[in-house]
Amino acid sequence: METLRNIFIGLGALLIAGNPLTVYAEKITLLNASYDPTRELYQEFNAAFVKHWQKEKGQKIVVKQSHGGSGKQARAVIDGLEADVVTLGLAYDIDAISEKARLIPANWQSRLPHNSSPYTSTIVFLVRKGNPKGIKDWEDLVKPGVAIIPANPKTSGAARWAYLSAWGYALKKYDNDETKAKDFIGKFYANVPVFDTGARGATTTFIERGIGDVLVGWENEAYLALKEFGSGKFEIMTPSISILAEPTVTLVDKVSKKKGTQSVAQAYLEYLYSEEGQDIAGKHFYRPRSEAALAKYANQFSKVSLFTIDEIAGGWQKAQQTHFADGGVFNEIYKLNK
Amino acid sequence: MDHLTIIGWSRAEFIGYRCHPQLDTDKNLMNFILKQPSVLPGFALTLGFALFYLSVIVLIPLSGLFVKTSTLSWEQFWNIVTNSRAVASYQLTFGASLVGSLINGLFGSIIAWVLVRYRFPGRSIVDALVDLPFALPTAVAGITLAAIYASNGWIGRYLEPFGIKVAFTPLGVLVALTFIGLPFVVRSVQPVLQDLDKEVEEAATTLGANRWQTFRAVIVPELWPALLTGIAMAFARAVGEYGSVIFIAGNMPLKSEITPLLIMTKLEQYDYAGATALGVVMLVASFALALAINLLQWWSNARRSNQ
Repeated sequence: METLRNIFIGLGALLIAGNPLTVYAEKITLLNASYDPTRELYQEFNAAFVKHWQKEKGQKIVVKQSHGGSGKQARAVIDGLEADVVTLGLAYDIDAISEKARLIPANWQSRLPHNSSPYTSTIVFLVRKGNPKGIKDWEDLVKPGVAIIPANPKTSGAARWAYLSAWGYALKKYDNDETKAKDFIGKFYANVPVFDTGARGATTTFIERGIGDVLVGWENEAYLALKEFGSGKFEIMTPSISILAEPTVTLVDKVSKKKGTQSVAQAYLEYLYSEEGQDIAGKHFYRPRSEAALAKYANQFSKVSLFTIDEIAGGWQKAQQTHFADGGVFNEIYKLNK
Repeated sequence: MDHLTIIGWSRAEFIGYRCHPQLDTDKNLMNFILKQPSVLPGFALTLGFALFYLSVIVLIPLSGLFVKTSTLSWEQFWNIVTNSRAVASYQLTFGASLVGSLINGLFGSIIAWVLVRYRFPGRSIVDALVDLPFALPTAVAGITLAAIYASNGWIGRYLEPFGIKVAFTPLGVLVALTFIGLPFVVRSVQPVLQDLDKEVEEAATTLGANRWQTFRAVIVPELWPALLTGIAMAFARAVGEYGSVIFIAGNMPLKSEITPLLIMTKLEQYDYAGATALGVVMLVASFALALAINLLQWWSNARRSNQ
């Protein structure tokens, strides 16, 4: 199997090497494999970084971006996509790259400040204008007759954050009683009429198809939807508590070493923490880490008290095992609902 | 046989009149020998090439599937493939594919008939339209179907008052699978119909057959092998379909999840072995069905030539 794989990789490399386009690849090219909602953010950030690097080092570089579901992107890197850096929706996906393909050391998350997440987001509700069902907090979602549109936690990173957010609320509400929390989660998912495979798909179902009363998803996606579709049709409801979603970034060591792009790739990630990088994040509705940028964009976000995944589920590995793996809580509630 | 004797023809005479090439292949099959004298040289070379090509394109990737699955123990494999969600998804995938391809068998034949037998303005446009489900990127088809059949869509809004929900239900899966399978039936039936001279039917009529007899004893037997092939191809395509279904299915566990989605779900959890286990089930089932259809064709051909 291993040799077979090598043969295929060799054939692929031959094809790529034979491609006349690669003749121009003299200058340094970075590839950032990211998840779906960051498309606009990285378009602006890449342009800023290219300019910055040109000014600092006098070197012209090109930054390419690749987007897709967080898990799909991680799999692409595992299967050989030569990304110098990955900027994914959840740490679990980067763990997978580290574990399955050994391209990244296991301690990757401690290499950059703030758990390697330069910006954060959270899970909020997008409701129809006038909020006809009176949805304000998590409690309102499990009422009978409310149709919730989240994506499928099995296939979407954002949906996993949404699930854990609801779980965290239930744990706080029922004083860490897991049986009651499971019951709450069961009622929550019983109100779901459609499961899209990704966050963008869920947004489309809610906005374009007119299905459901509330979209539960990324804060930055909700603001983006509001900006694109006009605030005349939808409103954002921020719940009283929600999860601190930390999209994480890291260098793909083995790939960048091979391509000789380590230093520029590392500088690229560090620039995310610079004032300019933080400002761009805030502009695209991510919550920046730096005090200055946070203060500048403070009015943009509603106040919400945030809990971390470590507090409510003991980190991603454990959350995956307990909740999303086959035989986990998520499967269990579907058996009960049936 | 019987209907033809009514109209005073023996089957052999009739087929002799049609001079159908199918007969020759059957004969070849019966006196099959490895090397047959042929007008074209290079038998060994072309056979070698065919085998090599098939291995590289089909067999090696497929064997990869089995190799990956073999990392599971039998018990693990069995648990994965008999999980209630998996079983519900097989029922939906294979059930909707079968019904969809049968619907296509009926309506595809009618479309082929109209396209071959009648001349009307815009015929070539209609002819080109048939290929559209084939040419359209599946995701585009899926998004379009979901938009049309959603309860606020063009068609969906008129079905809503009758309590019929299409988008985001198993019915939506059926609609999508029927949509993508249509060209396969039309395109396999069409050339056969084109070859079927109108004179044959006229001959049957002059020999005293009524319309139903002509249809039953003259047209259907000619069409049958091509129709089966078309239905089989539509079915095979439907079983593996992902893009066009995923947007309209609703993807609710145990209700409207197709097997390819479950495979994606497993991959999303980095469960490569689990994903390939489901893949193996689909592969084996599809292969068994394809084989069954081929045998059926072979049997119906053999029966015809014996008569």
